[in-house]
Amino acid sequence: MRQIAIYGKGGIGKSTTTQNTVAAMAEMGKKVMIVGCDPKADSTRLILHSKCQSTVMELARDRGSVEDLVLEDVLLTGYRDIKCAESGGPEPGVGCAGRGVITAINFLEENGAYDTGLDMVFYDVLGDVVCGGFAMPIREGKAQEIYIVTSGEMMAMYAANNIAKGILKYASTGKVRLAGLICNSRQVDKEYELIEALAERLGTQMIHFIPRDNVVQRAELRRQTVIEYSPEVAQAQEYRDLAKKIYENKNFVIPTPLEMEELEDLLVKYGFLSAEEVAETVPEEVAETVA
Amino acid sequence: MTKTVEEVKEWINTEEYKELNFKREAVVINPPKACQPLGAIFAASGFEKTLPYVHGSQGCTAYFRSNLSRHYREPFSTVSDSMTEDAAVFGGLNNIIEGLRNAHVLYQPSLIAMSTSCMAEVIGDDLNAFIGQAREKGSIPEDLPIPFAHTPSFVGSHITGYDSMLKAILENLHKRQKKTTSVKGSERTSLINIIPGFDPHVANIREIQYMLGIMGIKNLILADNSDVLDSPLTGEYAMYTGGTPLEDAIDASKNHGTIALQKNSTMNTIKYIQEEWENHPAFNMYPPMGIKLTDDFVEKISDLAGISVSKELEKYRGRAVDAATDAHQYIHGKRFAVFGDPDEVYGIVSFLLEMGGEPIHVLTATGSKTFKREMELLLASSPHGQGAKLYAGFDLWHMRSLLMTDPVDMMIGDSHGKWAARDANIPLIRIGYPIVDRVNMHRYPVIGYQGAINMITWIVNAFLEELDRNSDDAHFELLR
Repeated sequence: MRQIAIYGKGGIGKSTTTQNTVAAMAEMGKKVMIVGCDPKADSTRLILHSKCQSTVMELARDRGSVEDLVLEDVLLTGYRDIKCAESGGPEPGVGCAGRGVITAINFLEENGAYDTGLDMVFYDVLGDVVCGGFAMPIREGKAQEIYIVTSGEMMAMYAANNIAKGILKYASTGKVRLAGLICNSRQVDKEYELIEALAERLGTQMIHFIPRDNVVQRAELRRQTVIEYSPEVAQAQEYRDLAKKIYENKNFVIPTPLEMEELEDLLVKYGFLSAEEVAETVPEEVAETVA
Repeated sequence: MTKTVEEVKEWINTEEYKELNFKREAVVINPPKACQPLGAIFAASGFEKTLPYVHGSQGCTAYFRSNLSRHYREPFSTVSDSMTEDAAVFGGLNNIIEGLRNAHVLYQPSLIAMSTSCMAEVIGDDLNAFIGQAREKGSIPEDLPIPFAHTPSFVGSHITGYDSMLKAILENLHKRQKKTTSVKGSERTSLINIIPGFDPHVANIREIQYMLGIMGIKNLILADNSDVLDSPLTGEYAMYTGGTPLEDAIDASKNHGTIALQKNSTMNTIKYIQEEWENHPAFNMYPPMGIKLTDDFVEKISDLAGISVSKELEKYRGRAVDAATDAHQYIHGKRFAVFGDPDEVYGIVSFLLEMGGEPIHVLTATGSKTFKREMELLLASSPHGQGAKLYAGFDLWHMRSLLMTDPVDMMIGDSHGKWAARDANIPLIRIGYPIVDRVNMHRYPVIGYQGAINMITWIVNAFLEELDRNSDDAHFELLR
């Protein structure tokens, strides 16, 4: 059983990418589970065709404690037998969402969610890895492969680099490895080249470039993945390609995160900033290097 | 080459090990301090019909209660709202709503003093908002005071928690004062407020009240936990005994002035009083331990009250000076290790210096820069303080290394020092918190003139006891 964690900046499309990829995996005949690690609990709706599934923490609160739950309450089955669980967590501004992730994953482990002959487990983790709780999926014995979803937008790349720093911390003491960047295109100029370059600098690969296509949104409105909603379209093939590449991937590395200056350098090099903008926003020494 | 147990046992007594021990960063061993909420519920216990309430986990609260119960050998009533795993994730709002309702209905307190365990602090529970919502939901009557203090134990120690809770209670009660008249000089009472600080010796409060009584100075103890922590055994259990009446605390700002008898445990409280209570002089000082500091206290409070020192107090002082003179030769030149809370350690060191004792190792778990500076000034002020070194922010495993490499004759501190004292084969005089292996120590004052007599008695008699027990026949004398 391979365990895979998907990280990336908030709003970059982690949940959509994960569910579409997992749907394609299932199409390949693989047995897959998705564990949503985000209090928003929107990691499984396209697979379950529901608004939001009951989460581990929500039910634990209603019933008094985690001990009062049984696995069947929180582990649901959706499209092509994909198993779905959501950690859930507090409303924004109260409590501790990170602790919710820890509690939920412990519950799933202790109650045998992983013992059902799975081929793959995907963890879809809240964008900003704000505390130790959100690193739970990559702690010892869990996900050892990490994919970072990014785009050519600066803040998405900045977040990707930060996540790489986090991975480095866990990689140096364990088996956690960076397995690649997934570029979820925002149609930024030279996005392909930019993310390939970033991947290279991080010591990894851009495993796939997913073009932007409105069919994804149309499918989402119907609470479906593209794979299910219109299996024939080109976008569905993109997710199948990504699923296949992930399945066959053997390129697992300890990342080499960039310094802030290097990152800005990269953006300048690929023409993300125009010449005037360079003069305005980039420190002189960087501008000079570029010139 | 692996060392045998015997070799290691020898090695940890060496200078080489001491140096390694003082470089230790990763672990604290036997620190002489406790958690913030312990100090907070201690402060709360000094008010009439007040229920200490810990928002957080039950186990923490059980520890505070049992720790205090072991020191005083009295029940210590405190409730917790028992946050569990779901509360850690979703926040403790529901625990506060239900907890306050239960506390109010079951125990009918006049005031609920809320502090927090680390769990609530790490997840950032907003006590002010949560208490407000509990009121809206009807958990507690609109007018029931619920002062609160955020007391994370990963910051400060029990004395920080004491300070925060006391300030919160005084602030809350002060706002309930009827604002019919502004406080002018003539309307102020002649009472002087006394804040004891985190003082584990209940009898200290009685000693201060006795001294002020013979000086003719009326007073109000703010957070008076005498009668709470040494309540008489009548055969009937009472949930609430003693404590500063809330009505008196509400009007405390109308009193003549405020003196706190500890500095480090009252910093924020005194600052609050100085800033918010109109025309109300307030200051804190080191505890009146020994003759010198007690004289300082008498002088300051006489000035504040505008009352000259009475003949009777002079006689009372005279008896302590006589006791000191009778016994000084047994303390003079003796070497001491002292540890505990900064205030109390300062007081003990001052007392030892005036007796000609030589403090050598002076150790506190906490201590501000001001404390360090003032302690160093104190040590520098006496020829007997020249051999002393202050270790602020250290633990009792450090102390053990000090005792083994640079031996002293006696250690003074709380019960936690007993292992180091045993290894160093020296007596431990128990002053401070907690004392859980001797009885009734909290019933004896260590401040004021009687406190000086008590300290002299314990220290000297311990030395003489050692002398008798260790004398061979030829040196076993009737007279000592």
